[in-house]
Amino acid sequence: MKHLIDSMDLSIEELEELFTLSKEIMKDEDKYRFSCEKKLMSTLFYEPSTRTRFSFEAAMLRLGGKVIGFSEASTSSASKGESLPDTIRTVGSYVDLIVMRHPKEGAPRYASLTSDVPIINAGDGGHQHPTQTLTDLLTIIEIKGKIENQTIGLCGDLKFGRTVHSLIKSLSKYEGINFILISPPELKIPEYIKKEILLKESIPFIEVETLEEVMGDIDVLYMTRVQKERFFNEADYVRLKDTYILDNKKLISAKKDLAILHPLPRVNEISPEVDSDPRAVYFKQAKYGMYVRMALIIKMLGAI
Amino acid sequence: MLYIDSISKGIVIDHISPGLGFRIFQYLKLEKSDYTVALIINAPSKRKGKKDVIKIEKHTDLDLRIIGIIDPDVTINIIRNEKIVEKIQLSPPQKVEGVIQCKNPRCVTSTEDNVTQTFSLLDKKELSYKCDYCDHIYNWEM
Ligand SMILES: [Zn+2]
Repeated sequence: MKHLIDSMDLSIEELEELFTLSKEIMKDEDKYRFSCEKKLMSTLFYEPSTRTRFSFEAAMLRLGGKVIGFSEASTSSASKGESLPDTIRTVGSYVDLIVMRHPKEGAPRYASLTSDVPIINAGDGGHQHPTQTLTDLLTIIEIKGKIENQTIGLCGDLKFGRTVHSLIKSLSKYEGINFILISPPELKIPEYIKKEILLKESIPFIEVETLEEVMGDIDVLYMTRVQKERFFNEADYVRLKDTYILDNKKLISAKKDLAILHPLPRVNEISPEVDSDPRAVYFKQAKYGMYVRMALIIKMLGAI
Repeated sequence: MLYIDSISKGIVIDHISPGLGFRIFQYLKLEKSDYTVALIINAPSKRKGKKDVIKIEKHTDLDLRIIGIIDPDVTINIIRNEKIVEKIQLSPPQKVEGVIQCKNPRCVTSTEDNVTQTFSLLDKKELSYKCDYCDHIYNWEM
């Protein structure tokens, strides 16, 4: 794999290799402490995302590599009007790997066209965030032991949530997946996802408006934020937001081995009382995110 | 019936769906040509009832792929010595470069200066294309 721009760039085999390596690293991290000793990674963050940047930087540093970069566009050459290909060519002559976050959709794809070094998309606008998808998939495997043959509930903003879209696309490569899509009518999954993925691949799915009616059927519950700015008026938001807040009461009918995921940061969509429930795995998820990025960096640098 | 001379050499774009002849005329920028061009609208057609036709009295290097996006039903006849020497059946091109502009304001093509807009065919019937950068869907409205 030369670049990672879209979560669909990876075949099931490549995904499996990444997850196997992630597991090995988790089991015996010491073995990989110097895997990237002589490698330099650049984090080009044209918009701030401390969480994602730290995850990548921690991953590289734990592999013995070094990191340079910037964390917002105003401190970079982009603020002086340099074109993206020029920045990429220049930075690419210093480093072995570029991790890039950009507010414009398709920017990492455009950058990859002129780049000699591998590029990892760390999020481009509302478009793609493939390492979040890798994190989500590894979490499901680690907690549930498998991805196949499960009912996946996705709850909240399914219209604008990019992590939801790429997760659906990637999960649809696996056998026996059922989707339950839980959202207000205003924030339903876009038509093209239904048409291009779910209907085209004949993947069973249902759309509902409340969590309670489906809770007992779900194996993996993926919660997302319902943002105020997505609604036309305050009244709609206030009326709907509680429907999509997960609390202990809603969990009464849930399966004993349910896994609750969330891409974080959370605002109020999961009540803090749920945190102590063993089924809440969203903080573990963040840790898996770092390990899967370690595996990805090793693979992309051929450092094994 | 209005009679338009048949041409001895050039290109005849035939079987254009009624109403789209003028669109194609515009897209090919034929108003700027310095050779004879005829735009015929609402001509009787056995196949379609009515059709538009464009006759161009010259062999040009016009980018005819554009026509396939506007109306995939057209046939293009290349005429030499008053005979049809080549019939081209058009279908919407798989890739379109530099013709469609991405309408997604968040697309990288809206801010970078030298990027070539490229689109890939998504649905032949609906004539929908997808931006190669941001995946935004472009529907070719008739
Ligand atoms: Zn675009």
